[in-house]
Amino acid sequence: MMTRFNTWLSTSAAWLLGLLWILPLLYAFWAATHPAEYATRFDLFAPLTTEHFVTAWNQAPFMRYMLNTVIITGLILFFQLILCTLAGYALARMQFRGRGLVFALVLLQLMVMPEILIVENYRTLAGLDLIDTHIGVGLPYMASAFGIFLLRQTFKGVPQELEDAARLEGCSRLGVLWKVYVPLAKPTYLAYGLVSISHHWNNFLWPLVVTNTESSRPLTVGMAIFGAPESGVDWPVICAGTLIAIGPLLAVFLLFQRRFVQSFMHAGLK
Amino acid sequence: MNRLSWLHAWLMLLPALAMLLAFTHIPTLTTVWHSLFFPERGGAPAEFAGLDNYRMMLDDTVFWQALSNNLWYALGTVPTSIALALAMALWVNSKISGRTALRLAYFTPTMLPMIAVANIWLFFYSPEIGLFNKVLALFGHPGINWLGDSDWALPSLMLMTVWKEAGFFMIFYLAALQSLSRDLYDAAALEGAGRWHTFRRLTWPLLMPTTLFVLVNAILNAFKLVDHLFILTKGGPNNASNLLLYYIYENAFSFFDSNYAATLTVVMLALLILLALLQFGVLERRIHYR
Repeated sequence: MMTRFNTWLSTSAAWLLGLLWILPLLYAFWAATHPAEYATRFDLFAPLTTEHFVTAWNQAPFMRYMLNTVIITGLILFFQLILCTLAGYALARMQFRGRGLVFALVLLQLMVMPEILIVENYRTLAGLDLIDTHIGVGLPYMASAFGIFLLRQTFKGVPQELEDAARLEGCSRLGVLWKVYVPLAKPTYLAYGLVSISHHWNNFLWPLVVTNTESSRPLTVGMAIFGAPESGVDWPVICAGTLIAIGPLLAVFLLFQRRFVQSFMHAGLK
Repeated sequence: MNRLSWLHAWLMLLPALAMLLAFTHIPTLTTVWHSLFFPERGGAPAEFAGLDNYRMMLDDTVFWQALSNNLWYALGTVPTSIALALAMALWVNSKISGRTALRLAYFTPTMLPMIAVANIWLFFYSPEIGLFNKVLALFGHPGINWLGDSDWALPSLMLMTVWKEAGFFMIFYLAALQSLSRDLYDAAALEGAGRWHTFRRLTWPLLMPTTLFVLVNAILNAFKLVDHLFILTKGGPNNASNLLLYYIYENAFSFFDSNYAATLTVVMLALLILLALLQFGVLERRIHYR
């Protein structure tokens, strides 16, 4: 009897928390789809409207921002995959002097992330004349300690015999990496890719620092400008704009949520 | 042959290592270097300052406030997020009805940009029309100026942070829970151990490495994530919600004193190194369940 009651209590608490967790998003949805006077008045029969979405769409270049975000995220992921694969393999399977030191230097970035070093990295980018460019936003993130570490762990789990057999058949080192290791590490690549995309899609501080025009500004920075009180946009329009901005990512996430969760778990286990 | 493979290894490491050096290691060193100079004035070369910037920092009340805010912020968000994350993971890992929907609800805030959710929460907190004050009004409370009152600004930020982060940490606990061996639980059930006892004596100790991992990451986040400040409070009112990284940003890009910003960054780096030492030294040695 007591256990039944406890189970019931625990289930209710879980659902209450879940409801609280999703409420802000549902609320933004409500505000964006109803006339302004219903923003805090909940009425099941309140008329629906799309005017806020139209206003928001016309007020900020969302398409441009979205395109910038896609380019930046894609650039970062592309270089991360190449750089981390090469470095991860070298650290997992090759013997050379100084390997421990190199690995320690890599791991340092897990603690000292580029976010902390905005002042000096801005200086570097200004020196390279790369302020306000897509590549500039991406550069500090292209060698990712997390990616190198993750791939190193995965590559270490690949049986050495597979490599030896391929080498005997005359495969080069890069050939082995490409034909043996990379295919076997597919789940890790997927997991890392999703984690990296969602991280950089949402990243704000560094892009804010290095971009200053529409031509390179990602969605997050655009959204901050759009939502700023100085811009005088009213509340339902901000909600609509926010939903436009997070729409694509949210849609992809909802469609593939199992994959997402599994990938994050996979990346977290290492 | 051996020399060749040595060369190959370094060639493969070169691109990643060069990028890491350029954007992590060298900037770390130049941060320290630049903290020893006065800002350039009128094209003249920067003058060596010695420890003057550090002296200025020690006298800077805003710095002390940002630092203490940051510690309170970490203290307020980290344990709460971890406790909630663990509860969420235990629920979602059990045979609760609708667990997929629950998992989705818990995890969704994690997927959204901080800026976007701050835009939404800004309205919850707004004094006149905000949702929170509307709810308080139902109970006859006159309402709170959440973000404008220096007593409430930081707690308001904490509340949103906990909401945003708990689902993320849940994932790590969930992954760990699913990798635990069923046999141990069968044995515990045979012994007639109750639910609380099983958790206390079995699950919690086995989850210790995960808790350590999450703890370190949560503390890191408390120092490196300041996106929401740009939308919600801008560090105000009167620096009541200013955090260290935001103050670094202000100094570098609003007050244009990148040398003082470098000095503050050195403090940040010291904190991170301390955290790393703590992780690999003290904490790691006490956890030996693996």
